[in-house]
Amino acid sequence: MARITVTVDGVAYQEEVEPRLLLVHLLRDRIGKTGTPIGCDTGNCGACTIMLDGRSAKSCSVLAVQADGAEVLTVEGLAGPDGWHPMQRAFHEEHALQCGYCTPGMIMAAIDLLKDDPDPSEDAVRAGLEGNLCRCTGYSNIVRAVRGGARAMRDAGAVGDR
Amino acid sequence: MIPPAFDYVRPSSLPEALAALAEAGEDAKVLCGGQSLLPLLRLRLAYPSVLVDVGRLPELHGVREEGGHVRIGAATTHDEVLRSPVVRAGCPLLPLATATVADPAVRHRGTLGGSLAHADPAGDLPAVAVALDMEFVVASAAGERAVPAGEFFVDYLETALRPAEILVAVRVPRLGDGWGFHYEKFHLTAQAWAVVGVAAAVRPGGAGGDRRVEEARVGLTNMGPTPVRAGGVERAVRGAPLPGAGAGGSPGGAGDGVRDAAALADEGTSPPGDLHATPEYRRHLARVLTRRALLAAAA
Amino acid sequence: MTEQIDAGMVARQVAESDELGEPVPGRREVGAARRRKEDARLVTGRTRWTDNIQLPGMLHVAFVRSPMAHARITRVDVSAARRLPGVVAAFSGRDLAAEQGGLPCAWPVTEDMVLPDHPPMAVEEVRYPGEAVACVVATDRYLASDALEAVEVDYEPLPAVLDMTRALAPDSPRVHPEGNRAFVWKFAAGDADAAFRDAPVVVERTFVQQRLIPTAMEPRAVVAQTDGDSFTLYSATQIPHVLRVMLAITTGIPEHKLRVIAPDVGGGFGSKLQVTAEEVLALLLTRRLGRPVKWTESRSEGNLTVHHGRDQLQRVSLAAGADGRLRGLKVDLLADMGAYLMLVTPGVPLLGAFMYNGIYKMDAYDFTCTGVFTTKMPTDAYRGAGRPEATFAIERLMDELAAELGLDPVEVRRRNWIAREEFPYATIAGLTYDSGDYAAATDRALELFGYDALRAEQAARRERGDPVQLGIGVSTFTEMCGLAPSRVLGSLSYGAGGWEHASVRMLPTGKVEVVTGSSPHGQGHETAWSQIVADALGVPFEDVAVAHGDTGVSHKGMDTYGSRSLVVGGMAVLRACDKVREKARQIAAHLLEAAADDLEFTEGSFRVRGTGAARTIQEVALATFAAHDLPDGVEPSLDSDATYDPDNFSYPHGTHLCAVEVDTETGATKIRSYVAVDDVGRVVNPTIVTGQVHGGLAQGIGQALFEEAVYDADGNLLTTTMADYLIPSAADLPEFVTDRTETPATTNPLGVKGVGEAGTIASTPAVVNAVVDALRPRGVTDVPMPCTPQRVWRAIQEAAG
Repeated sequence: MARITVTVDGVAYQEEVEPRLLLVHLLRDRIGKTGTPIGCDTGNCGACTIMLDGRSAKSCSVLAVQADGAEVLTVEGLAGPDGWHPMQRAFHEEHALQCGYCTPGMIMAAIDLLKDDPDPSEDAVRAGLEGNLCRCTGYSNIVRAVRGGARAMRDAGAVGDR
Repeated sequence: MIPPAFDYVRPSSLPEALAALAEAGEDAKVLCGGQSLLPLLRLRLAYPSVLVDVGRLPELHGVREEGGHVRIGAATTHDEVLRSPVVRAGCPLLPLATATVADPAVRHRGTLGGSLAHADPAGDLPAVAVALDMEFVVASAAGERAVPAGEFFVDYLETALRPAEILVAVRVPRLGDGWGFHYEKFHLTAQAWAVVGVAAAVRPGGAGGDRRVEEARVGLTNMGPTPVRAGGVERAVRGAPLPGAGAGGSPGGAGDGVRDAAALADEGTSPPGDLHATPEYRRHLARVLTRRALLAAAA
Repeated sequence: MTEQIDAGMVARQVAESDELGEPVPGRREVGAARRRKEDARLVTGRTRWTDNIQLPGMLHVAFVRSPMAHARITRVDVSAARRLPGVVAAFSGRDLAAEQGGLPCAWPVTEDMVLPDHPPMAVEEVRYPGEAVACVVATDRYLASDALEAVEVDYEPLPAVLDMTRALAPDSPRVHPEGNRAFVWKFAAGDADAAFRDAPVVVERTFVQQRLIPTAMEPRAVVAQTDGDSFTLYSATQIPHVLRVMLAITTGIPEHKLRVIAPDVGGGFGSKLQVTAEEVLALLLTRRLGRPVKWTESRSEGNLTVHHGRDQLQRVSLAAGADGRLRGLKVDLLADMGAYLMLVTPGVPLLGAFMYNGIYKMDAYDFTCTGVFTTKMPTDAYRGAGRPEATFAIERLMDELAAELGLDPVEVRRRNWIAREEFPYATIAGLTYDSGDYAAATDRALELFGYDALRAEQAARRERGDPVQLGIGVSTFTEMCGLAPSRVLGSLSYGAGGWEHASVRMLPTGKVEVVTGSSPHGQGHETAWSQIVADALGVPFEDVAVAHGDTGVSHKGMDTYGSRSLVVGGMAVLRACDKVREKARQIAAHLLEAAADDLEFTEGSFRVRGTGAARTIQEVALATFAAHDLPDGVEPSLDSDATYDPDNFSYPHGTHLCAVEVDTETGATKIRSYVAVDDVGRVVNPTIVTGQVHGGLAQGIGQALFEEAVYDADGNLLTTTMADYLIPSAADLPEFVTDRTETPATTNPLGVKGVGEAGTIASTPAVVNAVVDALRPRGVTDVPMPCTPQRVWRAIQEAAG
């Protein structure tokens, strides 16, 4: 067992974990962050995407021990005192989700994408989301939502923090 | 799925890591970003006794110019490679290929050293390593040794790394001025592995209607159990006329010499047959894509 | 732009729908592009996936699965696994044989259909790779996974049966002792032999509908618990109601002691329209162990064991006159059942039987389907279920006919489709299409697509021998959807009806609770049903809550599949609202001291004609709750139920056009543009409808270009992970251009048709037609699906000789 400290959505957790424990299982099974789901075994689907020290990562492909000392942001930590994150709002407005299973990962990947490209073209959004699979929407509305969310974030001065 | 149980150590220095690895014996595995290893563990295709996490070792980080080389720490993430001005200036082919590796989230975690040491011939970076004659800096308790790329990749998922060795860095020779670069990746979906990839560096000479290939380097992805250096193409393409600005490699025009040279791309290769492509189709792709990569690199 | 067009269409059709004679009171919400109520929990991660559930004392189940396609089980030893830390129990199939019963098939399509026993856990023999042979139950999922490796199983290999044609040979190894032919089902209308005799043109083709893996993003998961008397099963299922009935029959747990809950369900596409081995076994395990149990599948487990889709071999021929007018169609189908018949396995290809004629008129039609057993995962419903296969065949044939005759593919279709004024139209396959306007949808699609300009570009590329050729694919389709009419289903030997149920409750404060028997898993019923109720009862959209997916709350339902929710379940909601309104009218009349007939109901109020007197429905609800002053003999409740069973299916249609660039050097394809003009009748929520079309397109394109479940020569599944079974990402798909025409259905009061499967059904042939069209000058007349670069390249090589 290893003792690790991980900050998740602003709260520090100290946990005794088996080295093989996946970060996503730490989140889901240990600290109840079930907003981040699991969709595959191979790092392909992206449903479990979170921010690890500020950049997107697939939490099914990271050991909890690798995240020792790190800061994790999940979809559950996005909303602020003023309500939803602009990207959450944009996904709602543009009908960018149906079953919603891919949505947490998709939103995290979208926010990450804007850190490098605050005003992405349609092609840039599509390329930036290549690691996040959705089976419901056909992606058209997701692309629109990401660009809409980007606009809202630019207006709020909330992008390009890197 | 769930990984099998293993022990885990996270040494704080390279000597500690080497000691831990030596102590752990043959069933130990080195963990860096984990983007290749974690899926293998989850599918229970690997049962390491110990994972030695080298991801935070200071000795494995950092990108710097070193004489005629760019030295890139093995734990440098793909994302850091893409952002590094030193890499972009010193070995532009590497970021071109790195940008096609997996997806952004994987590139944040996955490392250059990890990808190379994993030695998957379908990975994009080993072909770049052989094309650029990278040198692999390998450490063991006995000290450091340098392994040329041509000797590093031994077989499918097998490298010249010995059990108690750690890949510390790669040294990428600078190619000098006048080179153009391209990585041509052929895959079935955006995040799928390369069916075939071609890493090309070309130094064109001449001007206007008389542009020619002076020198070229070509590495092939997924055309055998190890990345392949297409020496035959490199030799044959020397002196081949290049199309003027804007033209393609159209039949009958300039570029035929490149086409003829590229037709040698599959010579001496033993491409795999799998779910997505037969060996025959891979050979065909290698020829077509090599032509495209050479022309794009020269453009 | 599309939204504006939609609004115009809605306005025009609203006027037309008054002719239906059954007006819908108020129209503020139906037709509005409401944002979804469901989204709040989904975008914030406050979701209720089955795998999220943690119960005190909960145990985790993992299954040992067959590594072989076909084998006799000679020994299973779970004793070593049982001794591992954290392991509470371990069972073989033999341990459970006496109580596990068999998995049900609800659709015996012929009287002599072979229906093999299907034990949830294999006892004697395994017949597909991945079939469960043992299970372990442990205190956490990691320990359960470890314990799997300690279970010892000995197999005696038996021959795999993989190819359908060979499976039907007399000397083939058998999957079941009764033989590999599950059934033969025939349909014939008109004189096909006469139609083909002397026909100037006959086009014959064989198409392979490759096997697909549905790949809902949420893997299956089950949680079962018992208090010693009654049982609760949470499952990622599309069919909590059907599941409850079937589990009661299978396990012997009395129906009234079993509650089934489908929490948030992350997509289904037919794959969760099933009674699965894992659901049955979870119930048995919680009954044996007295503790809650959970099983969550991994993706690689799911690719092996979630039922697969399609997998048919279609031998089709079309007879036509020299003018391209169709005379007859013959279809000889082999349908791969896989190793067992699951819930509706044998019925899936027959759902296509009625659709091979598409939107066309013809004199004769002959259909034969042979169901074949193989040692593969059973097939069952996958988005479209039978209809995509049928539509693919006829739409590919129409393009081939056009090529044969040197006609434009759109023109060949025009010459054959049912004209607007011919509706209702009795088709050669025995259905009555109620409405449609194929010309309007096609004209709109051609306009949006820029058909003539793309044809000109195609000609130019051909002319200059461009290595990148352009192909244009057409697909004009219809489908029967809204799987419902119980009498029709009965005539097809289906084991249940197709009605749907709804309850509408008026709460004292005037808010409304709706309980629906539909069971959404991404569609947006909470939103759409709220819109219907808001209009029907004149209450605000926000004042409606919709409950679903829990048999403890919604006792009666037929669930969600086959594009049936709105056209059947939505109608049930509307009918229940009608009853609420009529009850309220009686009480309002009493309160207003007026005759009920003198009241009109508008904007949520009952008004006495000619006076200002009025009572809102909320006031009536409160008065009903108080019950101080009700008419004699009227019970103090407005709550109402309705069970709706339509007379006919609904028949959405549309025209899809696809332009594909084909790199003739590598065989790579790229969709350049895609236009879909669908007619789904009147629309409750255009945003949701467009979303359904988009998603359907992605799956249909997936079949055309990317997806295939592949078994190797030994019968092992090769495509067990998402790295092998390729579903398209955002970067692999184009922006879709969608629009709608609106020809209201005449078979339901809202004038609506189903939309869930339309995109999937239409798109596959549009894409493949485009790929073939690009290469036709090179002599290519077909490319098998998926049209991967290698297949396209090979087709070019073969055509070149």
